[in-house]
Amino acid sequence: MRHIISVLVENKFGVLARVAGLFSGRGYNIDSLCVAPTDDPTVSRMTIVTAGDEKIIEQIEKQLNKLVDTIKVSDLTHTTHVERELLLVKVRHKGKRSEVIEIADIFRAKIIDVAKDYITLEMTGDEEKLSGLIDLLKSFEIVELIRTGKVAITRAEK
Amino acid sequence: MKQGAEILIDTLLKEGVETIFGYQGGAVLPIFDVLYRTKELRVVLVRHEQAAAHAADGYARATGKVGVCLATSGPGSTNLVTGIATAYMDSIPIIALTGQVPSTMIGNDAFQEADIVGITRPITKQNYLVKRVEDLGRLVKEAFYIARSGRPGPVLIDIPKDVSTNKCKSKILEAVSLRSYNPTYKGHSLQIKRATEAIARAKKPVIYAGGGVISSNASDKLKELVEKTHIPVTNTLMGLGSFPAAHPLFIGMLGMHGTKYANFAVSEADLLIAIGARFDDRITGKMEEFAKSATIIHIDIDPSEISKNIKCHIPIVGDVGLILEELNKIISPPEISEWLSKISEWKKDYPLTYKEDGELRPQYVIEEICKLTNGEAIITTEVGQNQMWAAQYYKFNKPRRFLSSGGLGTMGYGFPAAIGAQVANPGAIVFDIAGDGSIQMNIQELATCVQEKLPVKIAILNNQYLGMVRQWQELFYDKRYSHTDISVAPDFVKLAEAYGILGIRVDKKEDVEKAIKKALAYKGPVLLDFRICRLENVFPMVPAGAALTQMVDGIA
Ligand SMILES: Cc1ncc(C[n+]2csc(CCOP(=O)(O)OP(=O)(O)O)c2C)c(N)n1
Ligand SMILES: [Mg+2]
Repeated sequence: MRHIISVLVENKFGVLARVAGLFSGRGYNIDSLCVAPTDDPTVSRMTIVTAGDEKIIEQIEKQLNKLVDTIKVSDLTHTTHVERELLLVKVRHKGKRSEVIEIADIFRAKIIDVAKDYITLEMTGDEEKLSGLIDLLKSFEIVELIRTGKVAITRAEK
Repeated sequence: MKQGAEILIDTLLKEGVETIFGYQGGAVLPIFDVLYRTKELRVVLVRHEQAAAHAADGYARATGKVGVCLATSGPGSTNLVTGIATAYMDSIPIIALTGQVPSTMIGNDAFQEADIVGITRPITKQNYLVKRVEDLGRLVKEAFYIARSGRPGPVLIDIPKDVSTNKCKSKILEAVSLRSYNPTYKGHSLQIKRATEAIARAKKPVIYAGGGVISSNASDKLKELVEKTHIPVTNTLMGLGSFPAAHPLFIGMLGMHGTKYANFAVSEADLLIAIGARFDDRITGKMEEFAKSATIIHIDIDPSEISKNIKCHIPIVGDVGLILEELNKIISPPEISEWLSKISEWKKDYPLTYKEDGELRPQYVIEEICKLTNGEAIITTEVGQNQMWAAQYYKFNKPRRFLSSGGLGTMGYGFPAAIGAQVANPGAIVFDIAGDGSIQMNIQELATCVQEKLPVKIAILNNQYLGMVRQWQELFYDKRYSHTDISVAPDFVKLAEAYGILGIRVDKKEDVEKAIKKALAYKGPVLLDFRICRLENVFPMVPAGAALTQMVDGIA
């Protein structure tokens, strides 16, 4: 099963390599990985999407916790949270430019670049929404598609 | 203002370091230059950097202190790798200091540049490249703290040459605190209570104690637990010495070459109390069969060891010593007299034995060494049959007396580890139980022994084979002895003499005692070449992947 693991680490040289090495060295998957500093510039947040059975996920969390530079590990999978991912996609519209624009409107994707035969869209959303857009764009020609990988945040208690 | 190299040495002294095992080179010249005038620090100049790492490790295992080794950049640092990995697998606190090319040249494939921080990342608890001289003192201090706290392990510090020579105001920090690193020491009281309840109910309990008991210095508390409950104790290879072998409730080592009675006991147990042990595959055999009727209590400082290989029912995370102390306060003994008589019967019916005839057999050599040193020597081992015979036949009654590469199984470990142990304990008898193959992996250290006047004794159990591998070929590859015959070898006695040490060859059983006595009486290092029966095997043996109850035996 897929898990979203959020890790706070010291924002130091070598920490990303240690985390990546932990996954490759022990044969765990990384589906996606996002890293950037938090509001505190000495701390980075890593959001890791991984897959495995309960035993593997438990080991991943423990091994992450074991790293000297790890401040906190949380598995967001079973907590209420919001997930987002950014998608950039360049489409060759083959003369059907307005159709692409229409789809973009429906999905509230932004048009960020236009050339003679190409349109580039930007969209933020969860998994489902991104796949929905990608599916529809397949009837044109997707020239390039870039996804950032997921980030996630827990919902505040109401 | 002080130079980086001076700050480094000051910090080492502050940390209580007395000895460095090291080797020279371009990138560490400034550090050795400061060592030249630092009279308080002994530098043991090895002949290969791998030996420096193993010696630091042997020093650490024998004392419980942090061992320190030092090597130059590039090849010096990569030569440390096997020693660092050995320490990592067995959770031994060492600090590896490496020189690095000047910081302005890093990344340019400079002469003798190697990315040792990258190379050692998976085999260190933590490692650092020091980028500014201002950070050096703090990072060294942090490194010691990390190496020795929590689950101990090796830490590497890579120091570019300019960081060693640059100057800055030096202030030595008093304490280290890291927001991201806070090992748990105190066990959860509710879990401890659950454990005592399980113990009180048990009918067939066994304690399975590993190296964690030794690194936590908790042998006395383990003994107290056993004396209060009369639960029998088995040790892992790493745990030998954590509980006295002479104690009537000791049932020897378990696992692949464990005693039959230990393996039977664990297989039939209804409660297994794992203390500072990690359910290695050499211990468990077939995982699904291991202690399969037992409730498992697991006491360990490392949460990631809990339920890693075998599902645990009552985990207690924390320092073994502190947890045992709490446990001992509230423990009540189970009613297990039936179980104990069953175990005594097993002990009687399936003793550790070997053929006692006129042949020179390795088990006899170990028994004689044990007898003539009153079981008080520090024994290091190489890897292979020699290691298993030493573990089976030397009786360790105290911790930190058996130093052996358990997790990595590194041939070439024993001799340099013996050097480290001897440096730490000048008055002790230190014996490396060696194989003829393994000893050749770090034989060059004979020169170190001579130079440093270290009276290490080496006992080569010389079967002219890579014996353990040959044993597997005999048992599982129809005796196809592919590339395990190493009878083309130096004359070890002459080799010893070439280095200026005493060499003694022993071909006959009746000469064993005399030779060992001579070695013990001799002031300097001695190499004993025991020409044992070539085809002797280590038994009992659990074939890889079989259940512990499926032991095979040489002499039925
Ligand atoms: C560095 C290293 N290389 C290879 C091995 C694999 N290995 C394990 S035991 C062994 C044979 C050891 O031979 P020897 O030192 O003569 O010991 P014996 O088993 O004969 O007592 C080998 C090659 C190892 N453990 N370590
Ligand atoms: Mg041999």
